[in-house]
Amino acid sequence: MSAPKRVERPLSPFMIGPYYRPQITSISSIMIRITGLGLIVAIALITALIFAAAVSKPAFDCVNWFATSWLGWLIWIASAWAVWYHLLGGVRHFLYDAGKFMDIPTAEKLGWGMFIGATVLTVITIIIAVV
Amino acid sequence: MRYLTPRKRAEGLGAARHGTAHHVAMNVSGWALLFIVPVFVVVLARTIGHGYEHVRDTFANPLVAVLTALFLFVGMRHFARGAQMAIEDYAHGGTRTALVMLANAVSYLTIAAGFYALIKLAL
Repeated sequence: MSAPKRVERPLSPFMIGPYYRPQITSISSIMIRITGLGLIVAIALITALIFAAAVSKPAFDCVNWFATSWLGWLIWIASAWAVWYHLLGGVRHFLYDAGKFMDIPTAEKLGWGMFIGATVLTVITIIIAVV
Repeated sequence: MRYLTPRKRAEGLGAARHGTAHHVAMNVSGWALLFIVPVFVVVLARTIGHGYEHVRDTFANPLVAVLTALFLFVGMRHFARGAQMAIEDYAHGGTRTALVMLANAVSYLTIAAGFYALIKLAL
């Protein structure tokens, strides 16, 4: 009576590409997931840097060598863009959840706004870091 | 006589096996991170590239330490839930279970390593 019948439910197909043309609304949405997952690299590096600083000077010098190498700076700058993009994406989720800006022209502008906004905020972050 | 209501029979059978709790948790941590992340990014931007003593002094500051702890805890729990959402979209069966456990393990280990370092720097 209580045991529901087990059924193999169909899996939803990956829509972008074979079924849907890429659009700014879908691409800006999937970029939230990519940036969110990618940020684990920066968080691992941040944690490694703090951990090494707490352990010993040789350990810190080792991690800091990587963190300030060209690859390290590339990770920091890419992660700054990713974190700002992901944050703007979150704000867009809050706006959508409130039922705002759901019409297609505005939604498409919001998608472009996230790419432009993240780039502007990254430039500001670099200026804060350098000055 | 049926003791289980139809609602009870249906609970947990959605695609994600649960209801709105996940969405609510992502929104709550998202709102928190909206305030934590910009401040932490500025602190980090002013710290990276500096030497051993500067980095130690920065994270030994109680305000920076609390900010970093909040960032790591709220951020890594938000990450684990978000990663779980992605895993549940693309992986199934045992792989899905293993990957969700891995995401949570990475999340808690990062929090633990960060807290250990912050406490050691503060002492």
